[in-house]
Amino acid sequence: MTTPSAPALEVKNISLAFKGVKAISDLSFEVAPQEICALIGPNGAGKSSLLNILNGVYVPDSGEIIFEGEHFHRMQPLEAARRGIGRGFQNNALFSGMSVADNVIAGLSRHARATLLEEALLLPRARAEARRFRERAHEVLRLFDLERHAETTVALLPYGVQKKVELARAIVAAPRLLLLDEPLAGMNSAEKQEIAQIIARLNRDLKLTIVLIEHDIGIVLKLAHHVVVLDYGRKLADGAPDTIRDNPEVIAAYLGHDKVEIAA
Amino acid sequence: MSDIELRLTGGIGEGASTRTLVGIAAAALIVALPFLATEYWINAIAVPFLILSLAGLGLNLLTGYAGQISLGAGAFMMVGAYAAFAFQLRLPELPLPLALIAAGIVAGAVGFAFGFPSTRIKGFYLIVSTLAAQFFFEWLFLKFPWFYNGDPSATISLPAGLSVFGIDLNSPHGRYYLTLASVAVLTWLSYNLVRSQPGRNWMALRDMDTAAAVIGVPILRAKLQAFAVSSFILGIAGALWAFAYLGSASVQSFGLTRSYQILFIIIIGGMGTIRGAYFGAAFVSLLPLALDWLFQRLLGGHVDAGLLQNIQKVIFGVLILWFLIKEPEGLARLLQRQRGDLGNRRLARLKIRRQT
Repeated sequence: MTTPSAPALEVKNISLAFKGVKAISDLSFEVAPQEICALIGPNGAGKSSLLNILNGVYVPDSGEIIFEGEHFHRMQPLEAARRGIGRGFQNNALFSGMSVADNVIAGLSRHARATLLEEALLLPRARAEARRFRERAHEVLRLFDLERHAETTVALLPYGVQKKVELARAIVAAPRLLLLDEPLAGMNSAEKQEIAQIIARLNRDLKLTIVLIEHDIGIVLKLAHHVVVLDYGRKLADGAPDTIRDNPEVIAAYLGHDKVEIAA
Repeated sequence: MSDIELRLTGGIGEGASTRTLVGIAAAALIVALPFLATEYWINAIAVPFLILSLAGLGLNLLTGYAGQISLGAGAFMMVGAYAAFAFQLRLPELPLPLALIAAGIVAGAVGFAFGFPSTRIKGFYLIVSTLAAQFFFEWLFLKFPWFYNGDPSATISLPAGLSVFGIDLNSPHGRYYLTLASVAVLTWLSYNLVRSQPGRNWMALRDMDTAAAVIGVPILRAKLQAFAVSSFILGIAGALWAFAYLGSASVQSFGLTRSYQILFIIIIGGMGTIRGAYFGAAFVSLLPLALDWLFQRLLGGHVDAGLLQNIQKVIFGVLILWFLIKEPEGLARLLQRQRGDLGNRRLARLKIRRQT
């Protein structure tokens, strides 16, 4: 996918090592605005580490991130959120003791302006803010058909529903870049289709740029506009889904024997 | 899925009016208690129970809601008590309610300061740092006579006793109502906080701190807020403990045993619930009395009194253990289950559904 405009996100010469073990070495790639970019590669290829660098959980040893024209040598988690980078986690990182609605509202936290005293005394500004947040949360829950679960504690919900709650929480603050770590993991094929459709819809309707990690190659090749293949922290291939499918190096290293069969 | 929903939608609104009635009756009983109970019951049971509930509430905001384990509850109570004493002694024009609030603010500021290590360390290491607060303030308030106004026995008591705008509150009734009013107001404020953004931030921090930071929860501010608010409430509880319950206090009134007691209250009552603090305080303060009464009835005069006391402590300890094995999530959870709570039925059904 070639676009005339500047990339939304640029990863430039990023390297990361854990106690001397290289997780990512000299990785560079670009993500165009409003595209779905899939990161694929075997376990330990450095995909999750890269997402963690992008929103400031890890600090890279070298290299930089350019997000919407601004250069960052290291991102801070809060700064990333403030700049509009949303994130979904590999293993559900929901707040298990809180209701679905409260989980989603927590994603609006950085927009809260009411002071502690205003909240404690239920002053008008706190109440108005609470109402606004709740409305916004319900708007997003409707998008995911989750409204009926709004007041349920998330720990009581099935895994597939929890994954949707996590997506809702990630987009509630209207990010411009969404990072998703295996959003389809642990789901049956019907659930996978549903989530994949939701992701495609978020990308199309909300004009969200999405970077996602996924192992289900069939879905990745259909969903993504752009695929980056990682292996042992290095970039193996980078291009449109079609070119990736036919790339002999990719087939050898990751996709294994023969050609990839694409499941319907 | 839809079949679960259908079965659960009924029954939520049911009993709301009976619950209101029960609530009103309970409130009336609580307000009228001094006229129904003996002085002993008010002084030795109701007042300490209320204050321990308040302290439990304060610690529960920090430990139960924000997930920061603290063994410094006694220290922050101590700061509140000594601050209230200093305000009443040196600023007598400040009315008692304002002195209590000011004492809470001083304790809150101290809690805020002792919250800083929590931005770097977690769990056991944080316990050590809150323990440091405990030992530091025990030392501080004994070391400098200014804090206890040079009293020969190093104790503090209010120079003018308890009075609010000219109304004398030194009677058992006065102490009870002062305590009750403080507990009611602070419970209301806490309830509002845990249901709004600060409370959500605290729980997010407790359940999954990395995820919280990444989705934009201001972790640092939330932690320090939790320490400050928790210590504010503990400080007022400490001032009440010293002057509305004990009458005169010293650092021993707020030793490490007190910190443990407050921690037990929230563990037994239920972490992360407002009512858990009341259940826990009732367990901790009423059960020993009940045991005492029972033993006096059964064995009074036959067995050595000292031995009897030790046996009671053993039984109390065993009961705590038994109870925590039966219901690790505390009394609040146990009572919820007894009522056949919706959430649990839902959980049970979901489990069945996932197995099939």
